[in-house]
This record gives sequence, C-alpha cells and structure tokens, in this order.
Amino acid sequence: MSTETNTSTAPHSAGHFGRFGGRFVPEALVAALDELTAVYTEAMADVEFTDELSRLLMQYAGRPSLLYDARRLSVELGARVLLKREDLNHTGAHKINNVLGQALLTRRMGKRRIIAETGAGQHGVAAATAAALFDLECTVYMGELDTQRQALNVARMRLLGATVVPVTTGSRTLKDAMNEAFRDWVSTVEHTHYVIGSVGGPHPFPTMVRDFQRVIGAETRQQAQRLLGKLPDAVCACVGGGSNAIGIFYDFLSDTDVALYGFEAGGDGVNTRRHAAAITGGSSGVLHGARSFVLQDADGQTRESHSISAGLDYPGIGPEHAWLHETGRVRYEAVTDEQAMQALQLLCRTEGIIPAIESAHALAGVRSIAPELTLRLGRTPVVVVNLSGRGDKDMETAASWFNLVSESPADRP
Amino acid sequence: MSVREVFASAAAEHRSALIGYLPVGFPNVAESIAAMRTMVAAGADIVEVGVPYSDPVIDGPTIQSAVEIALRAGTRVRDVFAAVEAIAEAGATPMVMSYWNPIERYGVAEFARALSFSGGAGLITPDLLPEEATEWIAASDKYQLDRVFLVAPSSTQARLVSTAAACRGFVYAASVMGATGARDQLSNAAPALARRVRAVTDLPVGVGLGVSNGKQAAQVASYADGVIVGSALVSCLLDASDRDSGQQALHELVVDLAEGVRARP
Ligand SMILES: Cc1ncc(COP(=O)(O)O)c(C=O)c1O
Repeated sequence: MSTETNTSTAPHSAGHFGRFGGRFVPEALVAALDELTAVYTEAMADVEFTDELSRLLMQYAGRPSLLYDARRLSVELGARVLLKREDLNHTGAHKINNVLGQALLTRRMGKRRIIAETGAGQHGVAAATAAALFDLECTVYMGELDTQRQALNVARMRLLGATVVPVTTGSRTLKDAMNEAFRDWVSTVEHTHYVIGSVGGPHPFPTMVRDFQRVIGAETRQQAQRLLGKLPDAVCACVGGGSNAIGIFYDFLSDTDVALYGFEAGGDGVNTRRHAAAITGGSSGVLHGARSFVLQDADGQTRESHSISAGLDYPGIGPEHAWLHETGRVRYEAVTDEQAMQALQLLCRTEGIIPAIESAHALAGVRSIAPELTLRLGRTPVVVVNLSGRGDKDMETAASWFNLVSESPADRP
Repeated sequence: MSVREVFASAAAEHRSALIGYLPVGFPNVAESIAAMRTMVAAGADIVEVGVPYSDPVIDGPTIQSAVEIALRAGTRVRDVFAAVEAIAEAGATPMVMSYWNPIERYGVAEFARALSFSGGAGLITPDLLPEEATEWIAASDKYQLDRVFLVAPSSTQARLVSTAAACRGFVYAASVMGATGARDQLSNAAPALARRVRAVTDLPVGVGLGVSNGKQAAQVASYADGVIVGSALVSCLLDASDRDSGQQALHELVVDLAEGVRARP
C-alpha cells in the first residue's frame, strides 16, 4: 500500500473528508443543519437513544441480518462468497437502518413531518414505514421515470400513508427527486426533517447516515470471525450514493488485509455516455450540498446518469467515498447493466435468492476481482458481498430483460 | 460605478437601489443581453447576470424554466462575460450570480480574472457559505471584486456577524424561507431581518425574494438599501407571446419598479 494511504476514519473539521464533503447549501438551511448536528451528537452519547435504536433494529427491522455461506454461488464465481443478507431486513433493504435512526432524531427535534428522495423506492418505503410507526407526516419525492420502473414501491409507500410526488424535471430520476426535496426543505425546515437516504448531502448527513449504517459492517466482522475464525479477504458492495457500501466497509477500514471494493453502475459501459459511475467516469465537483465526484460537463453542468438500477442511477457519490478513493483504501470499479443482470440471474438459479438489481452489481463485481485475489493469496479468496436489498421491486425490469413474459398475441390481455 | 457608489448615490437621492436578475442565455444569449440592456434603460442600477445551472435547488418553477431553456439553447458559462460587458457599456453595474459548481469547474481564480477584465463588479453566491469560500475570498481580494453572501431569517446572530464580515459590496438578505418566485404577499420576516443585518454591519442591505411590482418595491425600499427582483422579470419574458411584447413587458415592469424604489412610503 502506498505511503499516502490514510486509514484514519474520522472526518476532518466540519464534515470534511480531505477536500471532499462540507456544506454547499443556502444559508437558510444552516441553522437546521447545525441543530441536526447538535441533536445527533447528543443523541449518540445518550444511552436511552442508542438503546431504543438497538431495540428497534432488533425487534422491528429484524437485525442482526444473516451472513450466509453461498456454496453453489461460490463455485460459479471462483471465490467463497458470504452474503450479508440486508435483503432480509423489514422493508427489504439496508435503508431501514438509517431511517429508524433519523426518525428517532426527528422526534427528538420535535418535528412532525419528514420528506425523502428515493430512486429504487427502497428508501422511500423505509421512510414511509417509519413515518407510520412514529406517526409522522411523510412526503417522498421520486423521479417520474423511477415511479414507472419501481411501480410496486410507489404502491407500497402510498399504502403506508405517504404522499409520493413524481418529479418531472430533468432526467426524471433520483437527482431531480433530490432537487425537489431540497426545495421543499428550504421552505418547511421549521417543522420538517429531510431524511436523506444515502451518504451524500451537506454535513452532517454523510457522517450521520454512515454511523447509522455501520451496524452492517460491525455485525459482518463478528459473524465472519465466528464462521471463519478470521476476517474475510475482501468486502464488496454496490455504490449509488454509497450508504450500504460505507456501512459494511467502515469497521474494516483499519484492517488493511481486508480488500474493499465498491462497484458503481457502469450502465452501457463507462466508455459510453450512458453510465452512473461517478468515481470511475466523473470528476471532482459540488452537487447536492457536498464536494465529491460528479458526472459533469466542461461547464460544471451535471450530466444525466444511466443505469438499469434506479437506486444507482445518480450522477454523484457520497464524499467519504471520494476520499477513500483518493487515499486508495477502497477500490472502485464499474459494472455494466449486462453484467449485473447476469449476476442477478445467477444468484436466483444457484441459491434461490432474488436480489435487487443494485445488489447484483456487487455480485457481478466478485467475478471480476476473484482471479486477481486468488493469484495474490495463492488460494480461493473469501469474499463478503453486501446483499443490500431484495428484488421484488425489480420484477418488471427483469421480466422484460429476460423476456419472461410471453410475447405471443394470444397471451396478451 | 462600483457597487458601493451605486448604493451611495441612491442614498444621496433618498431612494433604494434597484437590482434586477436575469439568467444569461434565456431564451438565447443575444436576446438575454438585449433584455439586460432594456432593464438598464428602464432604470435598473445593478444587473445580476445569472449563470444557468443544471440543478438550481434554490429556484422555483419560473427561474427553473428559464434556466432550462438557456441550457438547451447551448449557453456556456463564458457567455456571462459578454453580458457583463454589455451591461457596463449600457451604464449600469454588472454582477454575476451563480451556483458554486460552475465557478469551481471554470476555476475560481480564472473566473475572477475574467469577470474583472470584462468589467464585472462582483459575484453573488447563493449556495456558497463563507466557511467554504477560502479560495473565492482570496481571488476576489486579488481582483478587487465584491463578494456577496446571503443571510436568511433563520441565521443566528453569530452567523449574521460572520457572514456580513465576509461580504463586500452589500449583504443579500434572502427574506423568504423558500425557493425563489414572485409572491402576492411579501415576507413579514424581511423588515426584521434587514434590521438585524444593519445592527451588525455598515454595508448596504439588499432584500430579495418575491418582489413583483412597484408597490411592493416601495414597501421593501422603506427598510432596505437595495430591492432585488428576479422571478417577476423572468416571467415577463417567459409569459410573452413574442420577443417584442416580452421586451416591452420587461421595460414596463422595470420602470414601475424604479418608480417604486423612489417612492418610499
Ligand atoms: C437495495 C439497494 N441497494 C443499494 C442502493 C443504493 O444506495 P446506497 O449506495 O446508498 O447504498 C439502493 C438505493 O435505492 C437500494 O435500494
């Protein structure tokens, strides 16, 4: 490892990770961000708060999630693959870990309404769920394109009592949903908390959301020790905004023998314009309140992203990932739509588990890193994959990708 | 005239300064510059040239639409400099208003240099806080540009003090908690905010967000050194059926606003 590698994990002053992070927001939001920082810091030091969060995670969300030894999949991928089953959490993804924490903070701040942006709809569903549980008003902003490709989750949110607002501006995906959520927040900040769903946005969100997702890595570390008597050789996760990835990476950051890999959405390929790989195919810039890596043109206009996976279809990435990329501690690579869909099918056929398309990117990544890990270690590597969510929401996309629904005219309604 | 001179001469005339915003490139670069000239001819003291940005999170539907049209027309960041030159030539004081990423991408020092060389007086930065602005503060010092940060009704006393101290030219009081857009009712938080700013700085206070006619301008002028108008001006062009009627509506509105800032109640 290079001498520049810095595995120190604390963000620098005021939410900076090296030159990344910070706050690029209108002054109108600063008071709310300061309040959130203070309430969050105080809550994390309050045993009553942390006990209540632990209780919710266990009794409501179903933690700890399993670490599953996927034997048949392992044969296919050339590595011993352990799946961290975040897909088994209540609501079907890791997003609930963060939302429960922020819902408790919302109550602590005395606010009565939450808003959220969502791409795949998993964060929106988690927010709607917590709003029902905590008796909060809830509005979820979702790009119109995503309301179509993740229609099941729109119905779930509405059934749970949330208002879902389809956003028709720009690329009609996650980026535009986040713009709209910020506009809402600027005018409602007095009584509304914006539950950001990933490790992006202005300080304290990247740090706070990471801390709420750390439970994934903390459990994985213990479970791996128990199962293997040692740590795994590598940990893999898909990266949209980066919350499931930082959540599973964080407790391994100082274990320098554990290789960490983040897989971005490569869409049609990073060499095309149709991808969502902010680190692999982007450059340093400011978007949605923080400096990080962004897909942008020569004028700093955000470029539209593309991914078959709505949850990864975002032109930015959380600032701590930008920093972990620059320090070299985590390697970021892109996985195409095609590779992800193949991996999705492979997991279905070998293990009987239907993953979210997001998570399938991490599975596909194992195939590309297994040979070099094997070569370096001189044996079959042990690789943990964060299976961040389940695939029910993706059935329509999968059905049309794999041609699962009969096309014969006689079968049409 | 420098920004400081604009405010000083307005004060000498016992009126407020009129500050009008339009994005460059809407509906195209040439027409936007013509519209800015119209504003100057009708009595705007300072023209804020907006840099179109793909993700204008603080702007309401009116400015969003205009900026989207500008970007679709192929407007580039460098087009602001032509607008700045034209405004200076027409006899008003040009400033630029931009979200931070286009400036950072252009290169902060390079942007400052080009702005200064084209006759720009300074830059208004709605999503840049002074604590993130080290590079811009250095560049604006080097090229003697004014730098205007925003304060809001939710700003604490400590932040009012530190933000005003980082400003040069004037302090921008964004008086409504919310995205930009013309409003029927002006913010009742505005007078209090203007008063709080005055208590911590000798710089002039510009009040913005929501003003749409001369009557409202007069109201704001009763407690602010500068009246800032944006969305209502954009609407003149956006709602017009053709180019000439848009320019005429814009001219009429600016005349009305200019009378307003001279008619403090
Ligand atoms: C199952 C699943 N995994 C991953 C993501 C991507 O988000 P992040 O990178 O923050 O984990 C999403 C987002 O919607 C998701 O639903």
